[in-house]
Amino acid sequence: MDWHLLIAAGVKIVVFVFLLTLPLVAMAVWAERRVSAAIQDRVGPNRVGPMGLLQPVADGIKFLLKEDFTPAHVRKTFFWLAPTLVMVPALLTSAVLPFGTKLFGEPMVIADLDVGPLFIFAVASLTVYGIVLAGWSSNSKYPFLGGIRSSSQMISYEISLGLSVVPLIMLYGDLNLGHIVREQAHNGWTLLPLWGEGLSVRGLILAIPMFISFVVFTTAMFAETNRLPFDLPECETELVAGYHTEYSSMKFALFFLGEYAAMIVGSGLCVTLFLGGWSLPFGWLTPADTAVDVPFWQGLIHIGVFFAKVIAFILFFIVIRWTLPRFRYDQLMKLGWIYFFEIAVLNIILTAVLMWLLAPGSAA
Amino acid sequence: MTQDYIAVLVQIVLAGGFAVATLIASALLGKRALRNPMKDSAYECGMLPVGEGQARFSVKFYLVAMLFVLFDVEVVFLIPWATVYRAQIESGAGIFLFAMLGFVGILFLAYLYALKKGALSWQR
Repeated sequence: MDWHLLIAAGVKIVVFVFLLTLPLVAMAVWAERRVSAAIQDRVGPNRVGPMGLLQPVADGIKFLLKEDFTPAHVRKTFFWLAPTLVMVPALLTSAVLPFGTKLFGEPMVIADLDVGPLFIFAVASLTVYGIVLAGWSSNSKYPFLGGIRSSSQMISYEISLGLSVVPLIMLYGDLNLGHIVREQAHNGWTLLPLWGEGLSVRGLILAIPMFISFVVFTTAMFAETNRLPFDLPECETELVAGYHTEYSSMKFALFFLGEYAAMIVGSGLCVTLFLGGWSLPFGWLTPADTAVDVPFWQGLIHIGVFFAKVIAFILFFIVIRWTLPRFRYDQLMKLGWIYFFEIAVLNIILTAVLMWLLAPGSAA
Repeated sequence: MTQDYIAVLVQIVLAGGFAVATLIASALLGKRALRNPMKDSAYECGMLPVGEGQARFSVKFYLVAMLFVLFDVEVVFLIPWATVYRAQIESGAGIFLFAMLGFVGILFLAYLYALKKGALSWQR
């Protein structure tokens, strides 16, 4: 047993997941409320701490101290299991995201797996079990309908999500997220190939299918995380609060945390795949290869850049939520199964043909 | 590489531990109050619950789940092909593209059949 590996993994998980991601969840909730207030010309939470910044702390304490009520009509085991099943996969998906280069000679990724995107899709889809169990075990009408709607929506959009990543994998020929980011640092981000090898006819033309992928991926990500305009599972006007109607106190908070953590990891994945992860534009401050040890301050800058991009993406999520109205259920299914499925499949074929025509060996 | 899965295992333990710890803390620290039959009943916007908690639901949801299994497998099969596509194309094996077009084409026919049968239409 390699103790160094175990301790390094433990420290990275505690720092990255519990000291960076969870506070980011809290700040995302605060930002959501402040931004929504600004959009609707209200003030928003501004009483607890400066500018209401301590509001998430107050919320957390309230979640802990409120009555932990389990209604008599529920199926107890599954009722308690469901919030955990939503929360754990949401935190687990962050394991493969490369959130920096190196710090103290340690690679800044919790688990450098060779199957990055597959791991994220596999683990993220476990969340569906939590939601189905919550809906079913509540033994009540609104949660039941919410659970069914949610599972149906999540599995539908998972197909477009998976298909939209395929062109990108074709372009990089690699499933390791760390390698994909390093490639982008040297040869231009997927959406912005303006330096290195990316700045060529081939690179610029291939950015077109990548942009289509990006649109499909981002929209599917909205649907996967049950955010407006796809929040049918818990639309207040129809289903009260959807699958967590019967939940209260910390069990409700775990659903809430899981949802926001999934949103943050989703943003992180999108940034990693399409926007260059920790890399600065034009290859600034990019280490030549993995063997080179980066200085302390550069390692910190890379982590900062990654989180700056993720925060920008979360703000985009929030602005979209308060800008667009909700879809109807048949529109949602039509969008996922008909438009996005077809666009994603055609996009794969388009990428394949373009890569074939523009391959270095061929006439063009 | 297998060593990296140890980190995943550690994260499962820590994330699960966090969830369980907060649930226990909330159960211990939370306010205690008396139960009563009204509080124990299912939430239906303040009305007394009508009928059973698990209503019948549209078979469409079931159909979507079955189609999902079909097409998600397609995605899984596409990924290994996508991973080696670049290397194959650059070594000049153009036939590699058409091999996958056959597979996707057949699945697309199945998709069109499902579409024609109205399996994906929700307005009826």
